[in-house]
Amino acid sequence: MSNPDRFHTIVTTVENKPGVLARVSGLFARRGFNIESLAVAPTDDERFSRITFTVDVESAPLEQVVKQLNKLINVVEIQELPPEDCVSRELMLVTVAADAHHRRELMGLIDDWRAYVLAENTERIMLSFSARTARLDEFEECLRPFGIVELQRTGRVALPALD
Amino acid sequence: MSNNQQMCGGEALVKALERAGVEVMFGLPGGAILPVYDPIIDSSIRHILVRHEQGAGHMAEGYAHATGRPGVVMVTSGPAATNVVTPLCDAFLDSVPMVCITGQVPYAAIGTDAFQECDTTGITMAVTKHNFLVTEAQDIPRTIRAAFHIATTGRPGPVLVDIPKDIVDPVNPRSAMTWYEATDADMDLPGYHPITQGDPELIRAAAEMIRTAQRPVLYVGGGILKSRAAEALLQLAEMVQIPVVTTLMARGAFPDNHELCLGMPGMHGNFTAVTAMQKSDLLVSLGARFDDRVTGRLDGFAPAAKIIHVDIDPAELGKVRRVDIGIQGDCRLVIEDLTAAMREIGGVEAQADRRAWRSTISGWQEKFPLVYEQSEPGERLKPQYVLEELRDNNPADTIVTSGVGQHQMYASQYWKFDHPYTWINSGGLGTMGFSIPAAIGAKVGKPDRRVWAVDGDGCFQMTAQELVTASVEDIPIKVALLNNSYLGMVRQWQEMFYDERFSEVYLSEQTPDYVKWSEAMGCVGIRVESPEEVAPAITKANEINDRPVVVEFRTDPRENVFPMVPAGKSNSELVVDPSQQGLEP
Repeated sequence: MSNPDRFHTIVTTVENKPGVLARVSGLFARRGFNIESLAVAPTDDERFSRITFTVDVESAPLEQVVKQLNKLINVVEIQELPPEDCVSRELMLVTVAADAHHRRELMGLIDDWRAYVLAENTERIMLSFSARTARLDEFEECLRPFGIVELQRTGRVALPALD
Repeated sequence: MSNNQQMCGGEALVKALERAGVEVMFGLPGGAILPVYDPIIDSSIRHILVRHEQGAGHMAEGYAHATGRPGVVMVTSGPAATNVVTPLCDAFLDSVPMVCITGQVPYAAIGTDAFQECDTTGITMAVTKHNFLVTEAQDIPRTIRAAFHIATTGRPGPVLVDIPKDIVDPVNPRSAMTWYEATDADMDLPGYHPITQGDPELIRAAAEMIRTAQRPVLYVGGGILKSRAAEALLQLAEMVQIPVVTTLMARGAFPDNHELCLGMPGMHGNFTAVTAMQKSDLLVSLGARFDDRVTGRLDGFAPAAKIIHVDIDPAELGKVRRVDIGIQGDCRLVIEDLTAAMREIGGVEAQADRRAWRSTISGWQEKFPLVYEQSEPGERLKPQYVLEELRDNNPADTIVTSGVGQHQMYASQYWKFDHPYTWINSGGLGTMGFSIPAAIGAKVGKPDRRVWAVDGDGCFQMTAQELVTASVEDIPIKVALLNNSYLGMVRQWQEMFYDERFSEVYLSEQTPDYVKWSEAMGCVGIRVESPEEVAPAITKANEINDRPVVVEFRTDPRENVFPMVPAGKSNSELVVDPSQQGLEP
């Protein structure tokens, strides 16, 4: 994700029913639109789910996709959030090699970045880290020299910024 | 039927269809839908048993086009469901209201590759306005209500309801349900709120833009018919005295015999309709969608025109061509508001002086009428002549359906459509074989009207078996089969754009014998080979009303459809009939 301004966030509120994600993602596929990241979960009202997409606006014009999304019967609401108008976060779980030689250095890094240690043994540490997507990228680069054993990111979620 | 009565899901499904006002449906039973066919025996709904499920779908479309009511299809699972995919897609592209009920394997068997199982909702997701997989018998009444609501409101379209066998089968306890009359509140469609009323401010701005336009054209599409706006359109056009072009989907939405009507624009539109749009300074698009067959090469389309675009589907506004004013709303309501707004700002007297524009247009009409050369004695018939004779030997309210290809274009060009809902064709998807089943559906919906299917020999061979349906079900349609022994439109493209290298377009001059084939299907078959036989054969066909009639006209394969905008060219590069080439506009 080199140029973060390319990536817009679309937050859709949809009916929490089987097949809805397929309708929504299928629509993106049919229009040749690559989904950069995707996060889905029920909202505070369990009749609805929120699907948060990150899409590359340089790959195709967003307007038509948003209009087509609006036509889906199960889509209740769509918010398009340009990077400057939203607060977004992404969560990363990562297991990093941590032998005795590098453990102290790694712990220092974890403290500096305010990541959380979820589990550890003599060879590895599992961390969770939540931040803006770009910060996750940076943190990942800092961890890489230690040896990333396994890594999973959630895709970003976003809400409109407060005035 | 009172609420709270215990019944089986199958009975509830048929009851819900009756409650939705369904009088007729088109279908074919099979394993998964079997339990629903039992209560149909006792239902008020007329069921037309088709010979192929694709036919059921196109019949439902023809019925919907002719009556304005949703067409209803019922078929079984698996191959039956895949056979209706083509008509569903056809209805989706032409915004035809349709409800299609498909059987499905029992709920517990879904996903096991059971016999005649397919992922019907998955397959049809991209070709329906919406689809449902019903999992509980209790949901049937509300789902059927929602299906009809979605199919008929907003931008109409096909809705599919997939019904697992266990919830309709009386021997299965999962089919037990308590009947209720579903209401709007039961539908539970929080994301579906079509907007029908246009924004008054935008309508006022549009009225002002129309008032000052020097060379305006009303560009009207199928949305006029879907919104029952033909009358409103006539009032608007007459008040502002602006010429009207009617797209392939809108033939008849404005009468061809009206002095303001310029006829069909687009790839095979007439010179005046195409050129008037091309030179206009304001296109008022009403229920049309700037299809590529209308615009030609987009960057050369109507370069000086501002655009007012009215459509019930906001995704159409600006989808293809940038708009100056885009109004979301039902065409009829917006046109009525626009007419009132025009009146408020002074009506026709306040309009810009358009005498020069009108005289330019009538000059084009005089110089570039539709023309063809009559055949020499002994040559095969000219298809245009056949269409002229059909037109002149039938009442103006005759319903004409067509397949797809040259005969479709000749029908649209040479028939005169003076009434809405008299022209039924496959515009968006271009489905060969559409005309015969569509004609059957139209005749079922409008039994008192004469219905002619104009077909080609390529199309005929795709869906002719539905003439058996027509014979057996006593649906006396008439078929004008323009047999040129070729896939004519493809042949035309190969002649014009592939150096006359004809590849796989010749069908056969001898086989099949269409007269014998028609007779075998219970129809009267008539073969016509020379011009003097044309009118008598049509008259004879019109006198037969106890069975379908097929009149095979042996037409000239060398004949091409003109005018034509070659694919990829701008509408300014319209190729007129060879006899008119070189004339200065």
